[in-house]
Amino acid sequence: MTRAERIRALGLLAPAYLWLTVAVFLPLSAMAFFSLLTEVPFGEREWSFTIANYTEVFGNPVYATLLWKSLKLGFWVTFWCLVLGFPCAWILARMLKGRSREVLFLLVILPFWSNALVRIFSWAIVLRGNGVLDRAVNAVLPWDVNINLMFSEPAIIIGLVHSYLPYVILTTYLSLQAIDETLIEAARSLGARWPRILWRLVLPLALPGLIAGAVLVFVPVVGSFMEPRLLGGRFGTTYGTLIEDQFVAVFNWPLGAALSFILLAVVLVILAAASPALRKAAT
Amino acid sequence: MTEVRVEGLTKAYGPAKALDEVTLTFPDGGFFGLLGPSGSGKTTLLRAIAGFVTPDTGRIWLGDQAVERVPVEDREIGMVFQSYALFPNMTVAENVAFGLEVRRIPGPDRTRRVVEALDLVQLGGYGGRKPSELSGGQRQRVAMARAIVTRPRVLLLDEPLSALDRALRVDMQIELKRIQREVGITTIFVTHDQEEALTLSDRIGILRDGRLVREGTPRAVYDDPQDAFTARFLGEANVLTGLPEAGGLRLADGTLLPGVTTPAIALRPEALAFAVPPPDTPHRLQARLAQRIFSGATGTLVLDWQGQRLKLTASERDLLDLPAEGSPLWLHWPAAAALALRDAG
Repeated sequence: MTRAERIRALGLLAPAYLWLTVAVFLPLSAMAFFSLLTEVPFGEREWSFTIANYTEVFGNPVYATLLWKSLKLGFWVTFWCLVLGFPCAWILARMLKGRSREVLFLLVILPFWSNALVRIFSWAIVLRGNGVLDRAVNAVLPWDVNINLMFSEPAIIIGLVHSYLPYVILTTYLSLQAIDETLIEAARSLGARWPRILWRLVLPLALPGLIAGAVLVFVPVVGSFMEPRLLGGRFGTTYGTLIEDQFVAVFNWPLGAALSFILLAVVLVILAAASPALRKAAT
Repeated sequence: MTEVRVEGLTKAYGPAKALDEVTLTFPDGGFFGLLGPSGSGKTTLLRAIAGFVTPDTGRIWLGDQAVERVPVEDREIGMVFQSYALFPNMTVAENVAFGLEVRRIPGPDRTRRVVEALDLVQLGGYGGRKPSELSGGQRQRVAMARAIVTRPRVLLLDEPLSALDRALRVDMQIELKRIQREVGITTIFVTHDQEEALTLSDRIGILRDGRLVREGTPRAVYDDPQDAFTARFLGEANVLTGLPEAGGLRLADGTLLPGVTTPAIALRPEALAFAVPPPDTPHRLQARLAQRIFSGATGTLVLDWQGQRLKLTASERDLLDLPAEGSPLWLHWPAAAALALRDAG
């Protein structure tokens, strides 16, 4: 690049970098700073630097237990999003056309447009004892069953899957749509039936989309706090609610910040560990 | 070995008939070219034999099995697509092995057959590559190897060479013919390129608007097109029309061509000769030289006769002593070169 080109490129990149600095780097730095303090440096409070927040987290097994719980939650929500999202994406990409596809797309994207709190409370109405689900099932079945999913792990997973499913559907839709129809015809001409075509051809070709979707779901779900708190009740204490408590209830920002950074590190380590496999699958 | 036969095959898309009562036999072990302009139904016919298109009426026989209701997966066909349709997530060897994997051929046998198939298409040693690392011609060969490795009853080629550039296409034509001869599988291929059809096929069928217009060996069809569409579609033709009389065909300029009993004839450009003084034959026309086109070894004369453009092609060294453009010129031909046509097209 010539000097002039470099200056022009810099000029074009500047807004993006400025935005990243303001929106990501500065808040993260502030959090990193907080995580090393003894007290929130507001008002008259005395504060000094310490690493006690981190040693506290590593020293107390409760935090590790909650982190493990959140990672498992992330795994299961991602799993169900993939299992449910793939058929949806397949139907959208390969089976529907025109108006019916548009309508279905709207339904998929609808969770994005609705307020998260409203969405979660609607699930509460559906899942609680004597709620919508309970009554619907009892209206159909001849014998009495008692369905009360409220304040349980399944309720949390249902709520989170509903919130994050669109990511998987959209990313998978894109990679499924890119599959050339003649590839499937070629496989059929060679005698392959649907299970094999799906396993050997469609899934491998859709893998980049599935992986992108999985990452988009896993990362925020591990840190989620609203769904666990509202749908999980006393089962709903997760690493995410723990962090939220530090900021909102206990007002221990330094510990909350330290917890956040440890979560960030753990998620990055998981993604880095998985990245060779992911990269291989994506090519 | 398998003879393929379709009987009264009809397929309508709304009011338009893609196939209209097509009856045709594809001989066992032969190389059959299906030819026609776009929209003639040739691809629909191929896809009906493959099983991707279900005919409205009619029968399809692979050997002595009627297959109209047999799904694609069970027809034991091999197909090569215009876009090759190689599986991008698999290596060349895995692509070729796919059909064997489906048939649960055990590992060692499978490997041996894949190697054989790749050797046959002269791609031995390319097994470990991905399709994206191959050139167009090589992909074409892989597609061919993948289609024949399962020893299908019939090999269906859908415009197999049209994505290649011209020089490579000619090479691949020879290659395709060689491979087909070696494996001896009944082969049906679709093309809109008449030269390709003439080069490759043992027999050709010409389709127009879903109907089979003509069927036969390339030479028989070329030498006796019988109707103006076939004459123009297969090679180039000057079609002359007139009124049949007792003595022959009376043309618009009053010329009487003796011995012609049909309302039209076709003259191949290469069958024509020219002369400045009137030639001593009744098989002649007086035209005007409109244009002379040089194209390497052969040259073309474009002539104007009664407002119709006629073409004459000849070896370039036979076109040396020409009068100026615009001057009158006699065209003549041997009587046998006038191909009788039953219509004027």
